[in-house]
Amino acid sequence: MEKYAVIGKRVPRIDGKEKVLGQAKYAADYALPGMLWCKVARSPLPHARILNIDTSRAEALPGVKAVITAKDFGGWTWGFMATTRDEPPLATGKVRYLYEAVAAVAAIDEDIAEEASDLIKVDYEELPGVFDPEEAIKEGAPVIHAYRPNNVSVEYHWNFGAVEKAFARSHIVREDRFETGKVVTGFLEPPASLAYYDPSGSITVWPAKQSPYFHYRHLAACFNLPLNRVRVIQPFIGGGFGGTKNDSVAGDFCVVMLSKKTGKPVKYIYAMDEVLTTCRRRHNMVLYNKMGMTKDGILTAVETRVIANGGAYTAIGPLTMYLAGSGNTLPFKLPNFKYDAWRAFTNNPVSAAMRGHGFTHTRFACDTQMGMMAEELGIDPVEIRMRNAIENPKPGEEYRTVNGIGIKTCGLKEAMETAAEDTLWADRDKGPKRAGPVSYGVGISGTSYQGGARQLGHQSCGAIVRICEDGTVNLLTGATDCGQGSDTVLSMIAAEELGVRYEDVSVKRVDTAYTPVDPGSYGSRVTLLAGQATQLAARDAKNQLLEAGARAWKVKPEDIEIRNGSVTMKTSPDKRVSFEKLAKIACYEGSGAVVLGRGHSAYGLEAIDFNAGTGNGGTSYSFTAQTVRLGVDMETGKVDVTDFFIAHDAGVPLHPVSVESQNQGGAVQGLSQTIYEQFIMEKGRTHNMTLLDYKMPRSTDVPDIKVTDIITDDPDGPFGAKEASEGSIVSTPPAVVNALRDATGVWFKELPVTPEKIVKALKEKGKWLK
Amino acid sequence: MKPLSITVNGKDYELQVKASATLLEILREDLGLTGTKEGCSVGECGACTVLMDGQAVNACLILAAEAGDKEVTTIEGLADNQQLNPIQEAFVEIGGLQCGFCTPAMILSAKALLDKTPNPTDEEIRKGLEGNFCRCTGYTKIIESVKAAAHKMRG
Repeated sequence: MEKYAVIGKRVPRIDGKEKVLGQAKYAADYALPGMLWCKVARSPLPHARILNIDTSRAEALPGVKAVITAKDFGGWTWGFMATTRDEPPLATGKVRYLYEAVAAVAAIDEDIAEEASDLIKVDYEELPGVFDPEEAIKEGAPVIHAYRPNNVSVEYHWNFGAVEKAFARSHIVREDRFETGKVVTGFLEPPASLAYYDPSGSITVWPAKQSPYFHYRHLAACFNLPLNRVRVIQPFIGGGFGGTKNDSVAGDFCVVMLSKKTGKPVKYIYAMDEVLTTCRRRHNMVLYNKMGMTKDGILTAVETRVIANGGAYTAIGPLTMYLAGSGNTLPFKLPNFKYDAWRAFTNNPVSAAMRGHGFTHTRFACDTQMGMMAEELGIDPVEIRMRNAIENPKPGEEYRTVNGIGIKTCGLKEAMETAAEDTLWADRDKGPKRAGPVSYGVGISGTSYQGGARQLGHQSCGAIVRICEDGTVNLLTGATDCGQGSDTVLSMIAAEELGVRYEDVSVKRVDTAYTPVDPGSYGSRVTLLAGQATQLAARDAKNQLLEAGARAWKVKPEDIEIRNGSVTMKTSPDKRVSFEKLAKIACYEGSGAVVLGRGHSAYGLEAIDFNAGTGNGGTSYSFTAQTVRLGVDMETGKVDVTDFFIAHDAGVPLHPVSVESQNQGGAVQGLSQTIYEQFIMEKGRTHNMTLLDYKMPRSTDVPDIKVTDIITDDPDGPFGAKEASEGSIVSTPPAVVNALRDATGVWFKELPVTPEKIVKALKEKGKWLK
Repeated sequence: MKPLSITVNGKDYELQVKASATLLEILREDLGLTGTKEGCSVGECGACTVLMDGQAVNACLILAAEAGDKEVTTIEGLADNQQLNPIQEAFVEIGGLQCGFCTPAMILSAKALLDKTPNPTDEEIRKGLEGNFCRCTGYTKIIESVKAAAHKMRG
């Protein structure tokens, strides 16, 4: 008999049918009778003092029901930490980036709301702005926040081991400047929220949130209500990828305030140009990276100096800067490590989390630099990674990095070997290197990502498993499936643990009035932590069923076995009853019973220290080896990426379809920020503010992608699972840059590597084809 | 407001619409057919794709008046009383979706493709879906789903 009845099977997604029928409802699809429409008035300047706001003409427009400004929020601000709550729902006293929200209106239709928002007259005193992060932290730069007169929003200085001594003893030391791009998360569903503030003092909202419980806490704080009077009902979510939908944004607060003022439901749907100019984006980082090696290519030390473009507010920046540094000690053995990081306030839209949070920047720099040094030392790119890779610890043992990250399983070496054996890499010298103007290249990378992000108890996940009398199951979790497939995986976990069929488990969207609190979808944590909560809840329910069965059949609970919807006695295996029968016995026993299992995540917590840089922020860590084949047109600089091979250690893939799909999607997103996407910015202005101009990859722009699972069976994951959602967005940029080097002879250190940059570099090298 | 007669999913409707109303607006707001999504509003992302006389079009770029005497099919018109169309079936079986926001449009573009080209090559599939962004899947499983659907439909 196979080990698992459900886990590891290619079951159809639990939400597949609703989605292909067009029946899955997203925030913008909800409406209520008497609903008003909200529009937000935005600042035409990137940095200015607000002298006066005149809303009288907007208020006088027929059809307008309310207008709000900062004063309605009474100075309330929010942010990631108590010391960094610097962002108001509507600009207060000052605007700090172009198109920052200044006022909002509610009207009977969208056109009137739009017209009214244009009638709001704001007098500004323009202030000099600062847009470049390195300029922003220089003496004398315009000050963006009075509480941070040096424009440094976050600053860390960590030092592990003895970096200087190690460099002095190294055979070679290299220093390079790298830069990561200005990119958007790129969800297709613009944020939207429908809100109703019941005059008796409670809020109900249907918002597009991948972390609905953050929003629930924000609304409770902003409107000074107890949590049990804030009800967030989760629609389907049209992609998240971190940042905007993990946090609250201006419109989210405005709809609730406008509903409070009017007594009517209020709805707001962001337009895509508002998304591209005002929503959270990935940090753009400048990285000065110094790496030392022995003559055998063994890493001796890394010193990384990062200056990040933080934009106008802090948001989740302290975590971004922590992760960028913390992840630098993976996936290679690194005895000495120094990290100095500054997150600068600038008059740009706010930078925040995005898939591959933090890790993607420093892994791009370090993996690329390792490739450069391998070349200098004449060591094969696979070999150098194998020599430095963290070994897979023996069962029961753990590897600790110099900054305290604990690794219990590491599939990097196996992944590198697998990638090296695949034909893409193994046959790389067999095909033509050149065809007409096109030069071909193959590249490789080896990276890691943190899964199961956990800090303290407020980040715990809960689950409730309810057994229905007919043997079907309701799974209630606070976890949010924003597309990654977690509702499917959690249902599989519940089914496996209980011994019921997958199709007998039903899971509904989050409703904060009923589902247990959960931090949400970020940090590749849902399968691990909501998964563990689900497993424990299912186990609890199962124990109740076994006890009821034992009483009815006069056997011991441990004599009863449940698998795939049927119940057998170990003592007489030919006797078999249905799970439904057992459920009925348990529910109807005596005067009746309620069979509810409950669980919460409990993988050991290890506090992380942002200022010291120590800690173990993940439950476990995934490892990825990736190869890439591409062609570069040496005349136009156009890049055609044809193949990806990804060997990914996700512990045990619980739902292989989702693991593959996450790897594929992450890799394409990673490819896009390596060669396609970037905001064109000038003095805080986003020039490409529609999807016509901000280009995301289409079906014709992406390679064929093969994904292979490396099985390491981690002890700290339900059924051995580790993360699968973010590893490939970290592995792709260095692998692509490595392949570009192979094709062109140029190491590109600044993302995205556009055709213009390629042509410029080829010209400098005298390799450009006219 | 102007009168508009329109056929959507085989049903005839008589509506009063603003002259500036797009097909997308009347589908979502007047007819409540919210399976058609609004993404970029400038005809780039393809989330609002519907079929107009069998052609895949961006409903955000079509004035409602232009759809007046045309046959419009939205995702709600594809299944036969909850019995999935073979393309829908293939997307569920293969897992050609994640968040689902682009899915209705993707399926309609696939239908327009397969109605004309029942046995497409990978390149023809990529080309046929070129007007529809997907940010989640990297397209691999979408392309596999369309291939599987083509296979099913050829019987």
